[in-house]
Order: sequence, then structure tokens, then C-alpha cells
Amino acid sequence: MAAADVPSENPEPTPARVRKLYRIPEGRMISGVANGLAAHLGVPVFWVRAAFVVLLLGNGLGALLYAAFWFAVPMGLRADSPPTTWQYGSIGPYSLVKEPQGWRRGLRAVQQTLQGEPLTGAAPADGSRPRPADAEAHRGPLLALIALVAGVLVLFNTLTRQSSSPYIWPFLVAGLGVAVVWRQADDARWARWFSLGDSRRSSAVARLSAGVALVVAGVVGFLIVSGSFDDFAKVAQAVLAVLAGVLLLAGPYLLRMWQDLSTERRERIRAQERAEVAAHIHDSVLHTLTLILRNADDPKEVSRLARAQERDLRQWLYRPTGADEPADTPDTLAESLRRVAAEVEDAHGIPVEVVCVGDCPMDEKLAAQLQAAREALVNAAKYGGGEPVSVYAEVEGNTVWVFVRDRGPGFDLAAVPEDRMGVRGSIIGRMQRHGGHARVRPAPAGGTEVELEMERASG
Amino acid sequence: MTGGEEQIEATGAAGGGAQDGTAEAAAGPGRRARVVLVDDHRMFRTGVRAEIGQTSATGVDVVGEAADVEEAVAVVTATRPDVVLLDVHLPGGGGVEVLRRCAPLMPGGTAPASSAEGAGAVRFLALSVSDAAEDVIGVIRGGARGYVTKTITGVDLVDAIFRVADGDAVFSPRLAGFVLDAFAATDTPPVDEDLDRLTTREREVLRLIARGYAYKEIAKQLFISVKTVESHVSAVLRKLQLSNRHELTRWATARRLV
Repeated sequence: MAAADVPSENPEPTPARVRKLYRIPEGRMISGVANGLAAHLGVPVFWVRAAFVVLLLGNGLGALLYAAFWFAVPMGLRADSPPTTWQYGSIGPYSLVKEPQGWRRGLRAVQQTLQGEPLTGAAPADGSRPRPADAEAHRGPLLALIALVAGVLVLFNTLTRQSSSPYIWPFLVAGLGVAVVWRQADDARWARWFSLGDSRRSSAVARLSAGVALVVAGVVGFLIVSGSFDDFAKVAQAVLAVLAGVLLLAGPYLLRMWQDLSTERRERIRAQERAEVAAHIHDSVLHTLTLILRNADDPKEVSRLARAQERDLRQWLYRPTGADEPADTPDTLAESLRRVAAEVEDAHGIPVEVVCVGDCPMDEKLAAQLQAAREALVNAAKYGGGEPVSVYAEVEGNTVWVFVRDRGPGFDLAAVPEDRMGVRGSIIGRMQRHGGHARVRPAPAGGTEVELEMERASG
Repeated sequence: MTGGEEQIEATGAAGGGAQDGTAEAAAGPGRRARVVLVDDHRMFRTGVRAEIGQTSATGVDVVGEAADVEEAVAVVTATRPDVVLLDVHLPGGGGVEVLRRCAPLMPGGTAPASSAEGAGAVRFLALSVSDAAEDVIGVIRGGARGYVTKTITGVDLVDAIFRVADGDAVFSPRLAGFVLDAFAATDTPPVDEDLDRLTTREREVLRLIARGYAYKEIAKQLFISVKTVESHVSAVLRKLQLSNRHELTRWATARRLV
């Protein structure tokens, strides 16, 4: 064991320093204390851990110190997590913490499997979310490490011939239990901050019960070792009576406090939602209104702005709950078609109404169909006499239909000269090349309708 | 808002400048429809009034306005209009609540009504900016005879009002899309064959509505009469209102990834 060059006096930061001490949940072994200290002091985390282990062997001072740190030092945030309103500050030179490599990473994977990973709401920055199978492969080294530590402890105890040797196991067991429970509490708080629903309830309960069981076992072990187990029943009765009394007295207050806390949390969520709405309205709607006022004498521009804003607001208001902001490249037919319609609407200033029945993921054949639909839309916008254009898409089994309909003067395909490629090449030809059909025909009461039919590539 | 026999004057002063014949008589001459506007936006009510309220030109007589559920129920009960233009989102419970409380005033039964039936019966046409399927299907199931968006032109709105007054149903393309989604083939067996399935013909009609076809155009396309188209649409409306498949809205709302 290398003697640590870590100062063992209390490295509490003075208030004058901007760098605050936080526990860092990423890559933590137990609670992130060593990680935080290492980042704070600018030394490799290994040495900090080594120092704790060495101190642990000296009368368990290390454990006490560790527990004190755990209790007193707040959990920090991911460096790359989105800043939130309740963030106290930033973690100091977080970059000094090296990303775990090789077996260390495996170790972390195992920890996450055994103890639950830090619930950071976002995927780890390095994308190293372990697969269970992956963790399985690394369980050996961890167990070996635990055995090694235990072995060293026992060896140390036999060597130093401490009189406390019978007590070491109960203490160890109880300490382990406390660590598990505390860590669970940490995670629970973590989860509450980041997500409102704890989907991992069952595992949390399991871990909590395991911790409590360990502590109880430790205490009972301690009592047995100290030989005062016979008095335990009497003491337990007395303790229970006192506890019941305290609960009776303090219960209402505790309940009230809990309710206040929940109310406060709900209020905060509401405020956040309101802020989001306000931000959206402020950013986009007010901006558009200003532009409309400025372009008041240009009716075409005004209606274009108003339509674009209306579309944007609708997309924002009526997006399915839980859906994120639409991605840059939509991956389903309906979304892509709406996107194309919006572009044509903006470019040509013609209202386009899109109705979709059913939906399916995009593939290369549908991409060709979408291109043809865009071409048809542009034609409808250019030659449709300024009337609104209707787009209808339907997915039925493996067949996808798209209809584009205008109310213009209509046109006769046969009358179009051979060298004009628009409709023939971009719509009919393109659909045929990809194994689909296109039909262009006059609509029954004026206008033109383009019908595009395509089989999906994926079954 | 006083209901009853107040004389409506064209509110041309409302900046919008309703020229004469904004909505020229879509209906035959001499036809009259008494209408109540229910919407919480005064600007919108004024606009609609300016567009369709010139009785001499359009045959539509706006006999009352209301801005919330309570007022709407009171005005509708007092004036007994032919058609109520009903906003979906209203303070006090929304359009659905108005429909629930006015249910006794609606024509008995939801069978396709002949114009002779239900003198004094009130029919509702939903008008909304909403794009949410649960809103749209909600008001239809609540008893509205149709749904149009607020972007509808004055002419089309007058046309829709007379259609509803005649007991027909009015579907916008978007509503047709929602209905097709809601009645899409699923694995769940229908509870009631007659109500939980659309016939092939009904599906064809709905598809054409969704493609932007007017009833006349649909009739031409399918070689049937406009009257037949209307009866198909009314049949669909009836199924939509009476079907016990509570998942209707859910299906219409969900992105049906095929």
C-alpha cells in the first residue's frame, strides 16, 4: 500500500474559494466522495481511494471520514447535464477525472448492475451504458476485489491482535447496510430531481430492504457478540414505546411537512411548464407578429408569415404527449409529408392541407414517392390558380397512397410537349423507376389530381 | 346578450369591410336559417357575423351570441335557433358541456332526419382551431352534426350551416381522416357489427372527403347522387356517435404505425 500523498486533514474548501466540493456520481464506486475529492484536489481518483482504504484499516477512521463526507457534501451534477434552475454552481475542474478504462469500466458496469446506476436522466456521455451480459462478464473481478479487501482486513486484524476482533464483522455488516441505504437515498433524490416517475421502484425497494436487513443483522450480531442479547427484548420494547410516542407527537408535523414539500414540487413543475409556454410564445409568436406589423402592406408576405407561425404553433401544441421536439430529419411518412407540404407552402404562399391516415417508417422507396409528391405539390402551387391544395396520404398494409389535388384550370398531359420533363420525369418516371405508379388526371369538378401509389420496401 | 327577435345590421364598420355578397346565397332564395354563435373570442364572433350575418344576401340570421357554457345554454334555450355554431374550447366545460346540457333540444334520435322532422329542433355545428382528435371526435360523439375548421370561407360556412339545418352531416377533410383512423381495421372484434365497421362505400366517400372533394364532386366520381353521398356521411356520423368502441378516440389519436 502506497502511503497517500493526500493531506488527511480536512480539505474543506474555504468560503472564499469559488471551487466548491461536490460528489460526482459518474464512475463512482460507492457515493462519489472519492471522485469529487479527486476532482477537487486535482489528483487521480485512485490515490484518493487508496488513502481511504489505508485510513479504513487504521481503526476504521477512513470509514468515518468517508461517511462524514458522504453526509455533508452535496451531490454534484453531470458536467454536461442541461443547467437547471436549482443548480448551485458548477463542479470544479471536472475534466481532471479520467474516463474509466478497461476493467475499471467493467467494474463500474457491475456496480451499476448491483447497486443501480446513477440516475442522471441522460445517457452517460461516453455512451457506455452496460448491457447486462457485459456486466455479467465482469462480476468475477469485483467479487475478487471484495474478497481481497476482506482478506486484507482480516489479515490486518490478526496481525495487530486488536481486542475488537469479534466486533469487526457486525460493524462491517452494519456499515455495509448503512452504505446501501444511504446510496439508495442518494439515488432516490437523484431520480426525483431528474424524472418525476420512478420506474425502478421494485429494484429500489429491494435494495432498501437489503440494506435494512444488513443493518439489523449487524446490530443483532453486535448484541450477540457483546452478550447482551437477553436484555434486547426489554430494550426493544422500551424503544418501540418511545418511538410510538414520538410518532404520535410529531406525526402531524411530519405529514404536513411532506405535503408542503409535494405541493411545492408540483408548483415548481407548473411554473416550469408555464415558463416553457411563455418562452415559446415569446420567441416565435411575438417575433412573427412584429414581422407581420412591419410587412403590413404586403398581403402575400403577411399571409405567409401567419401561416408559417400557425403551423409551427400547432405542431408545438398538438404534438403527442411525451414526444420530443421534432427531429431534423423526420422518420415517418406523415411527418415527412407535413414537412414537405410546409416547405412548399412557405415557398409559394399557397395553403396546403395535409390529411394522413395511418403512418409508417420511411424507406428509400417512400423517399422517392415523397420526392414525386413534392414535385406534384410545387406544380399544384404554381398552376393551381392560387386555390388551396389538398394532400391525402394513406398507409394500407404494404401499400402507400398519396393524392395531391389542386383546383386550378387543369391540364392535359397529352398536350404537354415531349421535351417538357416536369410531370413525366419527376413524377411519373420517378415512381416507375422505383416500382410504383403515378396517375395524373383531371378532378371531376375542375383542377388536377395526382395519385401516387407505392409498395413499401420493408414488409 | 339578448336573444329573440333583434334586428341584425351588417356590421361593416368592423374594419374587415364585409363587402356585399361576401358569401353570396349558397342556398336557394328564400331559405332562412336562424343561427347562434358560441365562441369565447369576441373578435371571431364579430368576424363571422360580418361574413355571414347579412340575412338578405346569405339567408343566415344571427339571432344570438354567447361567450361561455352558461350563456350558451341560456341563449340557445331562449332563441331555439336552427343551427348553433359551437366552439370546441369554451370556458366552463367546453363545447361538449354545452352539447350535454342542450341534448333535450336536439332532434330526437340520430337517424338521418328529413327536413320535415323536428321543427324547432336545434342542431350543432362544431367550429374550432383545434387539431386534436380527441377534441374533434369528442364533440361529434357529444351530438354535433359536423365539424369545420375556423379557416373555412364564408361561402363554405353558409353552405355547411344549411346542410346541418337540413339534417345532413358536415365533415371537414381532417375529420374524415380521423374517422378513417378510428375505424381502421384492428384485431379487436367489433362489439356491434352494424356500428363498429364502415362499409366499403362509406370508406370510399370518407377518403374522397379527406382528399378535398366536395359532395358534388364525390357524387360525380362515384356515379351516385349527392343525396346518396349525404346519406353515407350521415350513416358514418351515426356510427361515430353510437359506436361503443371507446377506443375510437385513442385510435384516432395514436400515430397508427402500420
